[in-house]
Amino acid sequence: MRALPRRKLDDSVVYIDSDSAPRILFYGEDFWLEDFPVGTRVIYPRPPMQGLPNPQAAIRHALNHPHDCDPLFAQLYPGMKVTIAIDDISLPLPMMATPDLRQTILEILLEMLDAHGVDDVHIIIANSLHRKMTEWEMKRCVGRKIWSDFYPDRYYNHDAEDPDGIVQIGETRHGEVVRINRRAVESDLVIYVNINLVPMDGGHKSVGVGLCDYLTLRAHHEPVAIRESDSYMDPQKSELARRCNRIGKICDEVMNVFHIETAINNRMFKGQMDFLMKNEDEFTEFDRLKFEGVKWALSKMPGPAKRKLLHSIPAAYELIACHAGKTEPVHDAILERSFEQYAVKVRGQCDILVSGIPYISPYNCNSILNPLLVQVMALGYLHNFYRGKPVLKKDGVLIIAHPCHDEFDHEHHPSYIEFFNRLLPETRDAMELREKYELEFAHNPSYIEMYRRGNAYHGAHPFFMWYWGENGRQHIGKVIVAGAKNAHVPEILGWERADSMAEALAMAKSYTGPSPEITLMHHPPILIADME
Amino acid sequence: MTALVKAGNGQGEANSPRAAAFYDLDGTLVSTNLVHSLGYFARNQQGLARSVVKSLRTLVGVPLFLAADFYSRKVFNNIFFKRYKGESKDRLRYLCEELFEEVIKPSIRPGAYELIAKSKSLGLRQVLVTGALDYTVMPLIEHLGFDDYVANRLEFVDGIATGRLLPPVMASATKASWIRVYAEREGLSLSDSYCYTDSMSDLPMLSVVGHPTAVNPDMRLRATAIRHDWPIVDLS
Repeated sequence: MRALPRRKLDDSVVYIDSDSAPRILFYGEDFWLEDFPVGTRVIYPRPPMQGLPNPQAAIRHALNHPHDCDPLFAQLYPGMKVTIAIDDISLPLPMMATPDLRQTILEILLEMLDAHGVDDVHIIIANSLHRKMTEWEMKRCVGRKIWSDFYPDRYYNHDAEDPDGIVQIGETRHGEVVRINRRAVESDLVIYVNINLVPMDGGHKSVGVGLCDYLTLRAHHEPVAIRESDSYMDPQKSELARRCNRIGKICDEVMNVFHIETAINNRMFKGQMDFLMKNEDEFTEFDRLKFEGVKWALSKMPGPAKRKLLHSIPAAYELIACHAGKTEPVHDAILERSFEQYAVKVRGQCDILVSGIPYISPYNCNSILNPLLVQVMALGYLHNFYRGKPVLKKDGVLIIAHPCHDEFDHEHHPSYIEFFNRLLPETRDAMELREKYELEFAHNPSYIEMYRRGNAYHGAHPFFMWYWGENGRQHIGKVIVAGAKNAHVPEILGWERADSMAEALAMAKSYTGPSPEITLMHHPPILIADME
Repeated sequence: MTALVKAGNGQGEANSPRAAAFYDLDGTLVSTNLVHSLGYFARNQQGLARSVVKSLRTLVGVPLFLAADFYSRKVFNNIFFKRYKGESKDRLRYLCEELFEEVIKPSIRPGAYELIAKSKSLGLRQVLVTGALDYTVMPLIEHLGFDDYVANRLEFVDGIATGRLLPPVMASATKASWIRVYAEREGLSLSDSYCYTDSMSDLPMLSVVGHPTAVNPDMRLRATAIRHDWPIVDLS
């Protein structure tokens, strides 16, 4: 293998030397401290951008100076019907410290609506086929006052399976049916409040996905769309984004949508956990102490207690941009800011890509990162955090650190259990799974009732999670799970296992050759490799 | 034999379904149980004194029913249905419509309608498999649109209930065995069929289908469902 020149395009890229400190990796609900071979490239997230000093003023300014439409106040009149849709608990991750940005925006919006005599207002959580948020989560999201004023009659979760609550508003020229929440469609004005955590979020994905039903969603949540997305974090080269845009354009034609989109910085950890934001070579004694303390405490706690603790630590995100108005110009402005925060210039692909898998994903807030979600984090999100070309060479080796416990949340992920234990042992072919089994799961009355009346992900959701890893699966030659606590979970996922990182690297070298280029993606916080 | 009636909405036959959804009734689709029906009959005896005595006997019997049910559904049935001894067939028939309107209908779980509607839309035959008395479930069969049902039947001599049930008594393993025979006779795939129940005593019935689901389950069934990775639905 030809060694990459160690020319750094970005300060967030460092190379391991003989005197470098060991690196911290997420290992599910624990941490690993690992020494990597000299020459290993480590890519860190960019430092958090400075938050806006007065978020309320920035939001008001956006509402009063929107892109390509009249200011919000000029669109309001007494007696009109308004629906405000907000992102669900999958954004941002982890939950942000209160007040949540949604609360801040809603307080301003509701005050403005009230001042203009608008009292027919509903707030809908645009959860699509995600699980419905619990009462406690809903309250935390919007604050006590809004919650007590609106919940439950005028503040509720979207229900994609409500036969009376969904209406078809059109069909794209590609034959994709567009079926959207009836209340939103019948409103004089739909205001969408978005929090953009990664570039895949926002834009036409907000209304067209957040408020749609299964039929509309399956038009783009399918293996071919994911295979043809290079990557889905790069909207310009994402087939997923193209299909969402087609659907979203119809939404914008039929409904009067006023889009509010925000970008936040990547200050994911603070206080006792802020060492996770740093390069280990720059650790102070206090940072080392904090890390050792956290690692020791977690090692002494049982799994559920660790989970509870980690999920209860909020992120310290700050608003870095807010734009409002028509969907597309708003999204473009936010994407620019988002990439400014996340994009790290990287030169050259690697043979072996290493990353720790954290305890959280968009689909397991306050729950377990089950094996399917480990898969979506590795082959989906981790693989897709690039622009230009993948960080890993075609047929390269991905090493992840995760215990891969065979553990599922019965309340949140019931259909995942059947998918993992019944379908994956039969086939891992995404096309075959979609063709043979997706409809059966989607229409399973038990799963539908658990989605509608409980807090379960939709019956079809595990399929989407499998498709989500499809371009990673097609690109990556081998996946090795370092530290897997059992053999059967990696085997069902089609992966290999190793007891330690050293063993995983040795196994990878037997596949790539003796002198591979190794890259460690040091996240979270989130980073997107801007490949040269 | 146990009551088996084609309810006659014809949907199941017309679509020739290859699978079915089997439902338990008490505690599953409705929040009431057998004791509520017995209590209703006891309250509505001919004459105030008789009503009071029967009602008190029912009330006093509740702890015994609970203990018997905890021990064995078969023992429970033997004790419980004796309380119907002496009731006339005509009177039971007469009271069933009122029982449905006043007791059973208000207690149908809200999610039951959605569950059955979704299940019908998949073309599954809708079958009620209950340990309740056939008279008491007839109006419900029509109301919820079941295709078939099986329920327990009281033995009558000269139009008067003896307090015994005609075999086979629908409970626990008998329900499962009835489902197996029924599926074979009707050409239904049990692997593609669904089953819904709330009680641990119906574990055999859950075990014979490909898609078992615990509905508002008791503590023992909840634990079992979690162990078996079965869905747990809350219809209330």
